[in-house]
Amino acid sequence: MGKRCLGYAGIFGCLSFSLLAALSVGRYIIPFREVCGILASYTFSVEPYWTDIQYRVVTLIRMPRVLGSGLAGATLAMAGAALQGILRNPLVSPQVIGVSTGAAFGGVLAILLFDSSLATMGLAYAGGLFSLIAVWVLCNRGKGTSPLTLVLGGIIINAFFTALISLIEYVADPYDKLPAIVVWLMGSFASLSYDKLLRSAPPLLLAGALLWMLRFRISVLSLGSEEAQSLGIDVTRTRWLVMAVVAMVASATVAMAGVVGWIGLVVPHIARMFVGNDHKRLIPLSCFLGGMYTILVDTLARTLVEVEIPMGVLTALVGTPLFAFLMVRLIKDER
Amino acid sequence: MSEKVEEDMPSINKASIGKALMSKALMNKTSMGKISEGKALRGKVLIRANRVGFRYSATDDWILKNFSFELSAGEVMAVLGPNGRGKTTLLKLLIGLMKPAEGDIQCNGRLSYVPQVSTPAFDYKVIDMVVMGRASEIGLFSVPGATDYKYAGEALLRLGIADLAQRTYSQLSGGQRQLVLIARALVSMPCGLVLDEPTSALDFKNQDLILRTLRQLASQGLSIVMTTHAPNHALHVANRILILEQGTQYLYGSPSEVMTHDELHKLYGLELKKLTFTHRGQELQSVVPIFS
Repeated sequence: MGKRCLGYAGIFGCLSFSLLAALSVGRYIIPFREVCGILASYTFSVEPYWTDIQYRVVTLIRMPRVLGSGLAGATLAMAGAALQGILRNPLVSPQVIGVSTGAAFGGVLAILLFDSSLATMGLAYAGGLFSLIAVWVLCNRGKGTSPLTLVLGGIIINAFFTALISLIEYVADPYDKLPAIVVWLMGSFASLSYDKLLRSAPPLLLAGALLWMLRFRISVLSLGSEEAQSLGIDVTRTRWLVMAVVAMVASATVAMAGVVGWIGLVVPHIARMFVGNDHKRLIPLSCFLGGMYTILVDTLARTLVEVEIPMGVLTALVGTPLFAFLMVRLIKDER
Repeated sequence: MSEKVEEDMPSINKASIGKALMSKALMNKTSMGKISEGKALRGKVLIRANRVGFRYSATDDWILKNFSFELSAGEVMAVLGPNGRGKTTLLKLLIGLMKPAEGDIQCNGRLSYVPQVSTPAFDYKVIDMVVMGRASEIGLFSVPGATDYKYAGEALLRLGIADLAQRTYSQLSGGQRQLVLIARALVSMPCGLVLDEPTSALDFKNQDLILRTLRQLASQGLSIVMTTHAPNHALHVANRILILEQGTQYLYGSPSEVMTHDELHKLYGLELKKLTFTHRGQELQSVVPIFS
């Protein structure tokens, strides 16, 4: 019990620190004391000892970005852990089922045809939904739910939408549309406002809550179809429910910030080092670690160099060595 | 006497069913309420297969046809037969993973399945593996509560492996893993267990451990159906034998009725001796294959 309390305290401490650090650090540095005061002024009456600019930077610029990146990271990590569980494969991530690419195609199409962030979000959701339906149809209208079938279905849809994205990039105006498309595809939380956050948060919160609640079922599904069915689980329905929730996460994060990879693959593995494989503990810890990890990487993205580094680039740059380290550790453990 | 049932002779000698109940003293070492219920059920028919037929599609050959048997509480039925004859299909029909193409199977309670092996993609702690057996009792959006963990702990205690609770499944020996899978099957409070070759790939000591456990569970009122390739195990533990022969023929009866020299010779297609000997005052039987 004491160990568990210590664990919770550690998670809460790290999360609070990463939140404060993300609100404080940037090209315009705001001391921790001022950040704490501004946050406290939301609920308590505090005599302002910060400047108006500091207040605006924290509340209007950094706060939606920190909340958005934290929410996206938390849900992507949970979705990754859930997908790895139901597909019985520790090497899959939400990108594998093809929904991210479908959503990316929707977003790219919207950038080509319209010039509205609302249209980009709307078509990204539509693309994600369409690709999930396509995977479902490919898998014999949902009857084929073996992990191999689902991954193969995802690979086919992925390849198809990747080709369509390339086609759009090829025909897009190279001076106006193409740079916008390329930057959007690399992912960024830079343009995140409260409006955009409010449009993306409900599906992400709903998906996060569902994955949290489904975590025991995910463990049972990870035993394999036949074993799970013999334990009284409706394997087909439960697996597709988890797939739909993961698709919701993938579409909503692409709609919010473009394609942000690696979080759903790497973070569950880090969480496994602390709490083991049982999804009852793995999914909650992936949630906290995913949120923290994404907030910190996003903070690095906007502070490392003068120009902001695209999020997708940085998550891959941080994620690959981390994943390589985990792999080497796993090989050592196997010996 | 044994009966030989052809496709067009579906009936079985029901009078012989339920005669041979285990005479061992009941062993109730747990507080799980259903065990005492299990005792009360002894002798009552728990599983009834009535003219069951199965084939994968209308154009396929029948795997099982006009297949009937009954199993009472406290009885152990061993299913023998060559590879590919339909033993696993029969188990899947019993636990409802597949539906019969004709006839029906009635179970007076829940049957829990114990697979031959479990290969979880992720290594779980034993207690977490066992509590998954409660999945059918736990809502879609719920997680196991204190009661579920209590049942899981009691199932481990009942099988004498409570000390393994916090170890990971991959750290266990083959016999211990099989016991964990049996414990997982027990936490859903079944009236019977269905085991797919529970002793395959185990050494003699672990085979003995599993067979002893199955006898104890049967003596507590559970019905047990197990497939096996080892006729000695069937002789040791079962009081009902089902032999799936070539085609869709089958034999059903007590070991002495069904496991005759001629039938075993026909079943396995090689010479064998059925020996009877006395060990510590107890008359035992053993089947010895004569390998070519």
